[in-house]
Amino acid sequence: MKIKDTRGAVLTALKYAALTIGALILFFPFIYMVLSSLKTAYESTAIPPIWFPAKPQWENYAYAWNLKPFLLYYRNTLAVCAISVAGTLLFSVLGAYAFTIYEFPFKNVFFILFMLTMMVPEEMLIIQNYETIADLGLLDTFLGIALPSLANGFYIFMLREYFTQMPPALFKSAKVDCCPDFKFLWKVVIPMNKNAIATIAILSFIGQWNAFMWPNMVTRSDEHRVITSGLMTFRNMASANYHYLMAAACITVIPMVIFYVLFHKQIISGVANGGIKG
Amino acid sequence: MKTGEKKKRKPRLLTGKNGELLVASPKAWLYLLPPLIIFVLFVFYPMLAVLRTAFYEKYVYIISKGTGFGLASFKYVLGDKTFWLACKNTGILILVALPATVILSLAIALMLNSIKQLQGLFQTLFFTPYVTSTVAIGTVFYTLFHSQHGYINYFLGLFGIDPVAWLTDSSKVIWALCIFCIWNGLAFKIVLFLAGLQKIDKKVYQAAKIDCAKPGKTLFRITLPLLSPTFFMVIIVSVIYVARTYNEVFALFTSVNSQTAGSGNCAITIAYYIYYYFFVRGEVNYAAAAAVLFLIVIMSLTILQRVISRKFVHYY
Repeated sequence: MKIKDTRGAVLTALKYAALTIGALILFFPFIYMVLSSLKTAYESTAIPPIWFPAKPQWENYAYAWNLKPFLLYYRNTLAVCAISVAGTLLFSVLGAYAFTIYEFPFKNVFFILFMLTMMVPEEMLIIQNYETIADLGLLDTFLGIALPSLANGFYIFMLREYFTQMPPALFKSAKVDCCPDFKFLWKVVIPMNKNAIATIAILSFIGQWNAFMWPNMVTRSDEHRVITSGLMTFRNMASANYHYLMAAACITVIPMVIFYVLFHKQIISGVANGGIKG
Repeated sequence: MKTGEKKKRKPRLLTGKNGELLVASPKAWLYLLPPLIIFVLFVFYPMLAVLRTAFYEKYVYIISKGTGFGLASFKYVLGDKTFWLACKNTGILILVALPATVILSLAIALMLNSIKQLQGLFQTLFFTPYVTSTVAIGTVFYTLFHSQHGYINYFLGLFGIDPVAWLTDSSKVIWALCIFCIWNGLAFKIVLFLAGLQKIDKKVYQAAKIDCAKPGKTLFRITLPLLSPTFFMVIIVSVIYVARTYNEVFALFTSVNSQTAGSGNCAITIAYYIYYYFFVRGEVNYAAAAAVLFLIVIMSLTILQRVISRKFVHYY
């Protein structure tokens, strides 16, 4: 019995050691990014590495902030995120509700079509969507960035799962009381599923903040450029100045890290229950 | 009064398969149409349009008009060395980076699941890469991979390994991409595996303990089979995600002037190929042909996985 106990203790210690090393390796890029953003040009490129800056160079951030309009990028990204989150919520709730309480012709066909949208890669759609957005006169606008991804088959599917789990007696009694369908949605369904809806808001916010390919394609000026695309244009200007580059990368990442610290429980459980992105 | 009203409405009310109430009313379209319009405009119409574009014999970029109907674009793409390189790189990502990520994340999740203290803290730490922008962290890796100033070569040097030109040597770029993709994919899979492990009924383990099952046997005979639904869900989502790798390539390799994925497009993936032919070279019909081939591959991968999972997954 005694031997078994020590063996167990050693095993547990090994597990913690392995997890700590794993976490350090996984976190290394973040640590490196923050430290390098505070180094001088020499310190950031020296080999063997100078791990800690002798004196934190906070002016690297000022330099990056002034070289490219990062404040404007923040505002633009928030504007796109606002459109994207509001639209995604609206369309997901409407779509999920239609499939939950209504019977209409070809319901199954529509449902399969909605599910199929999850399988079509965005890379295929950009070819035509670029032309569509151009024809609508929406190139280089916030709406043009957000519009193509406003409806999301996955979120509709996920919400419908939540909606159908509500007790059927609720809707029956609403019908007996002649409650209009819209009022039932607004007063009962949405409040009852506010956690699921909040999860969708949070996940689509993260997704839109980090989106790069499409926003980068449809914006041409700083006026509407989002943060990820702004970072890449900054990179073209700063090229080999790692300390500036890392400061700009920090500027891009920090708002999401704060957001994550605030909402980590909901974010993790949302992803664990849904499962999007690989 | 109430019963009278109910009778009037009765023809419009149906009972669904699970005893739920369904309303047969044209009002359904009010709710269905908004998302449907977006899907038609930005998913179904572009799919059909791209399919049509892929079959043009000739495409004039300036007026965005194509003529003819034939397989010329497919012939070009299938004869293009860059396309096969893109297929090869994407294939390596799926066959090397993805299994490596799955094994690593499964090991981490198993360890996380077996510890009692600090589980939440570790989980929160391991999940951070999920919320941080791929292009921002890609920029970090871009500096880490630098052949002279990058810390990765410095670490390898400590073990006596010569510096590797991760970002410029055309035979090494795919491994740099793999490393970044592995790092980037861990967070999501750890969280899903951990959630799957926590769903397994504790009583099964108690029974195993009573029967004095060895830890290895418990892992392979109980934990992993019961985890198989999560396992296949993760694989299905990840294969498609990895096959679509684009941001990672852009962040590590895209050169400012030519917009190629590394010199001579050596780090190109299929998603990047489509982007490159469409957006950089403006050869829309070639991009469309590649996109159609890409869609066929993705669809068949998905169907294949469904078939396999039906055979091997233990649902409980």
